[in-house]
Amino acid sequence: MSATGHLLEVEDLRVHFDTDDGVVKAVDGLSFTVEPGKTLGIVGESGSGKSVANMTILGLTRAANAEITGRITFEDQDLVAADDAGLQRVRGNDIAMIFQDPLTSLHPFYKVGSQMVEAIQAHRDSSDAEARERCIELLKLVGIPDAERRFGEYPHEFSGGMRQRAMIAMALTNDPKLLIADEPTTALDVTIQAQILRLIDRLQEELGMSVIMITHDLGVIAEVADDVLVMYGGRAVEAGSLDEIFYDPQHPYTWGLLGSLTRTDRPRSADRLSQIAGQPPSLIAPPQGCHFRPRCPHAFDRCTETPGLDARSGSRSHLDRCWLGGEQKRELRVGPEGEIGLAERKEPVATPTGES
Amino acid sequence: MNASADGNLLEVENLVKHFPIKSGIIIDREVGRVRAVDDVSFNVGQGETLGLVGESGCGKSTLCRTLLRLIEPTSGSIRFEGQELSELGRSDLQKMRREMQMIFQDPYASLNPRKRVGQIVGDPLELHGLAKGEERKGRVQDLLERVGLNPEHYNRYPHEFSGGQRQRIGIARALALNPKLIVADEPVSALDVSIQAQIINLLSDLQSEFGLTYIFVAHDLGVVRHVSDRIAVMYLGKIVEIGPAEEVYTNPIHPYTLSLLSAIPIPDPRANAARQPVVLEGDVPSPANPPAACRFHTRCNYATEICSQEEPPLIDHGGGHWAACHHPLNREAPQDVAAVVGGARG
Repeated sequence: MSATGHLLEVEDLRVHFDTDDGVVKAVDGLSFTVEPGKTLGIVGESGSGKSVANMTILGLTRAANAEITGRITFEDQDLVAADDAGLQRVRGNDIAMIFQDPLTSLHPFYKVGSQMVEAIQAHRDSSDAEARERCIELLKLVGIPDAERRFGEYPHEFSGGMRQRAMIAMALTNDPKLLIADEPTTALDVTIQAQILRLIDRLQEELGMSVIMITHDLGVIAEVADDVLVMYGGRAVEAGSLDEIFYDPQHPYTWGLLGSLTRTDRPRSADRLSQIAGQPPSLIAPPQGCHFRPRCPHAFDRCTETPGLDARSGSRSHLDRCWLGGEQKRELRVGPEGEIGLAERKEPVATPTGES
Repeated sequence: MNASADGNLLEVENLVKHFPIKSGIIIDREVGRVRAVDDVSFNVGQGETLGLVGESGCGKSTLCRTLLRLIEPTSGSIRFEGQELSELGRSDLQKMRREMQMIFQDPYASLNPRKRVGQIVGDPLELHGLAKGEERKGRVQDLLERVGLNPEHYNRYPHEFSGGQRQRIGIARALALNPKLIVADEPVSALDVSIQAQIINLLSDLQSEFGLTYIFVAHDLGVVRHVSDRIAVMYLGKIVEIGPAEEVYTNPIHPYTLSLLSAIPIPDPRANAARQPVVLEGDVPSPANPPAACRFHTRCNYATEICSQEEPPLIDHGGGHWAACHHPLNREAPQDVAAVVGGARG
């Protein structure tokens, strides 16, 4: 852990890719922290920069056309400045990552077991027998039945949910302090998603690791996150605790996201969903100032200047990037269908139950 | 000729689609069958939206395609406005398809990348001999405008559009022939959340404008609840529950419906923490070798001996709410359930 008490601190990270069409500013001034033992949920749409930012933590975006600036401090080590050997020591060891599609992230030619053993032996001296034992123990930990047999099988012999479990087991081989999960349940069915989210939650408790959960699904965020970062157009537009984001959202984009949700626990309240007009911004020629300005119904003159990510709502931990004043926000948030902060909605939640 | 005698636009009875599994190089032997759709019956009323939900591999997409005879059914009957579709010859079927159109999941794969938007949306008009030349162009531009696109985009290619815009093109194409029924197979699942809301709103606007009937397939049960009048839940090729949307969501009868609903995290941390989800163990069994009798009994918390011996029929539990289960839930005191949960939260 660094002197500041954060496990991971990202400061003013910029990841720009030079392409034939122009410079793609995939991440453009992103700052956030991950606390030990906590889960940070990062929510954003495709192209918001959430995956690129997290791949950069592990040095996976170091391409010839990439320009990476800023600082990523993990345990007093700057991962942006680190050389390949330094990164290699961290990657898969202190920080592990699981991806959206477990089929394409496992090598189809190698048995699941040998891929796991490789992850162990890349980082420590371990005999084949020791490594095998450790892998089987991990496969059992993530709930794979008949782990000894499964150790010797190929990825195609696993179902989608089992593959994701195997990926998680592989990520855990070296007791990481931070697990980055990039949309780990998006490719899975809902009943399997519930199993995997539960598993990640249980492992975090047992192993005391921190988790970055990247998703576009606010339901998943509500289920697993302690803190939330809302990303839009390569930047964070709002950051705060889970309750602050859901019950006291400050940024009009967050309002839009929360307002456009359909819910399984609510009857249809109106014929139309509230929607965010327009399209996400181009990252080659983003709008001047606030990136959300062209889609924001409340934009005014000052929005052509870029607002900083500052604490504007009274809570030190709750940051947003919007020029509107606190009073204005409170007024604007009350739409025709009531306040957007969910806490204000009073109707009972009719969760289905099995008791009759 | 309008809907059938009892007001149904579409009537499906005992529909079956089995895909043979073949083996052997010279002599193709059938060694098994994937029972993708296995004895499914339901009706869709004029102007209503039927939501179809279930996990991957449960047969939702095969069912949709079989309804339009994009896939030939193995057996069973599909009646559209009282007319039996499976007996229609090629040219009659083509005429019938004017009335029923489809919107696909992937707006990147369902538009021909070599054709301009004008051709994509206008081809149905030409194929069915409805409009040509300038008239066709006018109709297409009209349609583009209706789905929220700029009519000047007539000459652009699909790659020039974003995902949400492409889905609008797909919707314009489906609307071109003024159909009565639109089968939408996961129309929003490939789109971002903020764009999903736009497309859902567009579909519901079009429904009220043209009096459309929808079959809306999705695995996102929140979306389905928002758009549907009735819901059908599929598991391994069978409909296990079907009924009015609110009934199915608040008082599910089949344990599978309950676990499906409860598996979805609610985007509201406090409501989410207050509920006690039923987490299903294991994976969906293979449709090539489904469990005997009740297909859900291998994963069901309520299963008893009878569930593995006798297949439960789909029976009416009142108010048009049907389910196929030996141990129906929520039948004694349906009202109390919501009250108990609401009370526990307050």
